[in-house]
This record gives sequence, C-alpha cells and structure tokens, in this order.
Amino acid sequence: MFITKYLSEVFGGLRSLLTGMRRTGYYFTHHKNIITQQYPNEKPVLAERFRGEVVMLHDDNNEHACTGCTACELACPNATIKIVTKFDLTPEGKKKKAIDKFVYHLELCTMCNLCVEACPTGAITMAPNFEHSVLNRNELTKVLNKPGSKIREGVE
Amino acid sequence: MEFSLSAIANQVDTWLHANCASWLALTIEFVIVGLLCIALFAVLGLVLIMMERKVSAYMQLRLGPNRVGPKGMFQTLADTLKLLVKEGLTPNGADKFLFNLAPFIVMIAAMLVLAPIGFAKDFVIWDINIGVLYISAISSIGVIGILMAGWASNNKYSLLGAMRSGAQIVSYELSAGLSILTIVIFTQDMSMGQIVASQADGWWIWKGHIPVIISFIIFLIAVTAETNRAPFDLAEAESELTAGFHTEYSGMKFALFFLAEYVNIFIVCAVGATLFLGGWMPLHIGNWADFNRIMDYIPSSVWFFGKTFFLIFVIMWFRWTFPRLRIDQLLNLEWKYLLPISMFNLLLATFIAIQGWYL
Repeated sequence: MFITKYLSEVFGGLRSLLTGMRRTGYYFTHHKNIITQQYPNEKPVLAERFRGEVVMLHDDNNEHACTGCTACELACPNATIKIVTKFDLTPEGKKKKAIDKFVYHLELCTMCNLCVEACPTGAITMAPNFEHSVLNRNELTKVLNKPGSKIREGVE
Repeated sequence: MEFSLSAIANQVDTWLHANCASWLALTIEFVIVGLLCIALFAVLGLVLIMMERKVSAYMQLRLGPNRVGPKGMFQTLADTLKLLVKEGLTPNGADKFLFNLAPFIVMIAAMLVLAPIGFAKDFVIWDINIGVLYISAISSIGVIGILMAGWASNNKYSLLGAMRSGAQIVSYELSAGLSILTIVIFTQDMSMGQIVASQADGWWIWKGHIPVIISFIIFLIAVTAETNRAPFDLAEAESELTAGFHTEYSGMKFALFFLAEYVNIFIVCAVGATLFLGGWMPLHIGNWADFNRIMDYIPSSVWFFGKTFFLIFVIMWFRWTFPRLRIDQLLNLEWKYLLPISMFNLLLATFIAIQGWYL
C-alpha cells in the first residue's frame, strides 16, 4: 500500500532524526565527556606506545646496553643514526669494540621504530617526549650516550 | 516600577514632540529606529556567533573558544576587529558594481523584515495589517542578493552555490508559506499584533494542537532551509564549493554576509516565536490566577527574546546533529514530503477551524 509506506517513511525518518538529536543533546548537557585537552595548561594524556624520539636507556650506574653493532644504523631508512666506535682495552689487555658517540639526527627521524626493532640488546627505545622545538637546527643533532657512560657488564 | 520598552518609547516620543516641530520629531524617531536596528544587528551578530560556537563545541565534545576574555566571551569581538582591518578584495574579472552591492542587498532584506515584529508589548516598528504577507514577501528578496553575489563573482563555485540557493529558497518558500497560513486560518488576521493578541489565553501550539504542531515542525525545517543553514547549507557546501556564493568575498563584505546569515536566523525564529509560541505573551495556564500573575511580572521583552533564543537553539541543534543533504535529496524532501504534508495539513486546519475544534 503506497500511503502506509509513505507515512512509515515519514515517521521513521522523524524518529531517526530525534535519535540523533537526543545524542547531541546528551553531549550538550553532560560536559564531563569533553575530550579537549588544553595542552600548555595541562599535560596531554599520551598513548602507551607514543613515539616521540629515540633515547638510549641508562641505568643507575650510568651504564647502557649498546655494543656498537650498528644494526640500528643499517636499519634506519634515512640515515638518522650515525655510530662512532672506538676500541676499549679490557682488563685482560684485549681490544674491544665500543661506542664513542651514538649520534642521532632528530631532524631527519620519521619515528618509524625500525632502529628499536633492529637492536639486538634493547639498548634504545622510543620516548614519549614531543616538545622538540629549538631555535637552532644544530640542537636537534643529539648524542644519545651520556658522557662517561659505558657498556653494562655481560652484554655482548 | 515595571520594566517596559513601550513606556520608554512613549516617553521619548512625548519629549520629542514637546521640544521639536512634529516633522522634525518624526525624522529623529526614524533615525533612532534605524540606529536601534543596526545596533540590534551588531549585538545579535556577536552574541549569536558566540552562541553557535559554544553550542557546536559542547555538542561535539569540545570546549569552544575560551581564551579571549572571561570564558572566551570576547572572541567574536576580536574576530570582528580582524575583519574590519582586512582588505575587502574585489577580483579582477568580477562585475564590480553588482559585487559590491550584493552584501548590502542581503543585509537590507534582512533589516526590512524587522518592521512588523513585536519585540515587546506595544513595542513594534510598524504593525501592518498584512504583516504575515509582508514577511513572507520580503524574506525571499534576500536570495536576489545571493544570486547577485554568485553571478558577479565570475567564479564557477560561486555561481553553483548561488543557483543552489535559488532552487532551495524557491522550493522551501512554499512550505514555509503554507505552514504560516495555518496560523492565519486560526486567527483570521494577518497582522502580527493581532496574531499575538489572539494568543493571550494560550499559545497556538497548545490551542491549535495537531495541525499547528505539524505546521510548526514544517516551519522549522523550511526556515532552516531558507536561511541556508546545515543540514541545508548546499549554497555554501564547504567541502564541495569552498564557500559557495561568498567564496570571493573578504573583509567587511564577507562579514556582512556572515552577519546576514545570523540576523536571518534571528528573524525567522522571531517570526516562529510570534506565530506559534505567542510572541511576547507570557505563559498563562487556564485559570491559575496566581501562576499567571507571577508570569506577568516577567517583562514581555524577556518572554519574546527567551522564546526566540529557544528556537535559535533548536535550529543550532539541528545544524550540529545532521549531515548535509544532497541537492536531489533536498528537493525530494520538499516536493515529495513537506509540500504534500503541509497542503493536507492546511486542509485539516481549515476543517478544524470551521468546526471550532480548537481551544
């Protein structure tokens, strides 16, 4: 029957419109749902796996787990990482390869996480720090191993 | 002493007539009325844009403007200042005269509709005996300004937007007019003052029950379309036509279009409040004498603006809930649904009025 179909369309349409309006009306009256984060005034809530920059993990004794294997440097698609190695003398008098500088170019980094995945010893990770603005571009080139740090015992 | 706009107006009138020749007094009164209209428009623009931004923000789980002034209240003032100092560019290929005239046509059309609207008890610019006819005639003049803007811009997007706006207003004018006619049938008078007076014992939305409620819903839909607002904002259609008919406008000329949009919303909501919700009439319930007396203490201007802003809020609620219609859906809605329903509704209203089945 044409007229019943027509009327049911009209009333069905009205009902669906009212459903939508009830939802927005609920949001309008319930301000606790607001999702805006007022960033400079309050720290934003970041996702658990947020990737802001690459950092090297150091423990309390200022020791890291980087062996200088350059796996990360090879994995990096746009030459963000440059590892400068040196040779340390072990107590037995043997030469041992170690890192001198872990140079990280933040300005080139796309936060792809490939270096972190490539690292065999878990020495580097992604930190949730995103406030990277600086006045000089040179400040974006960072040395990730802290001065005076050395490789942790037992990490090969 | 009770606050009343008409008392102030009468005092000004007697003072002017006591101190000047009558022609001079009349001229001064014209100037005062004109200035008051402009001032009302300026204030409305600031308040409504702020209201829209806040309402939309809360409906979309945002905070909205909250930096300039307390709770962001001066944001629109700052925006207006920015627009004032911006260059009003006229494109090279544009028809310069029409291009610069169009925003003023739109504004003037919006301004003319203010005449028969009663803002408070005995406070109306010109209570014509064909007020309703006047409003529906003048309110469709605005589209000429829009077509003019679209045509003079020499831009395909502008022209498309203007054409859409034309098609939209031509079709929705019909159901808006028919829904207004329902009230004219019940009051048997076209003057806005008489229509308000006929609602002293109850607003038409209660007294006229089914036909008036149907025509109220149709009126709301039709005027949303006539003012080119979402979900019927095909004339601007940001995602398809950049900004439709005002793509090429900048600075204060753009601001005039923007202001005209909000003033038009205010005007159609004021008309809706006058016809369906009793204009400045306070809410009276039957013979509850005490309740009615309390309601009378609230000034009539507060009642009028309260009802108008309630309707404006409802229209904003539409805007921030529904997605935009396509042009074919828009015309289908009018010609296949709203027009047949409002014609049938007119018949029903006539039948009920003849039988005297309204309160």
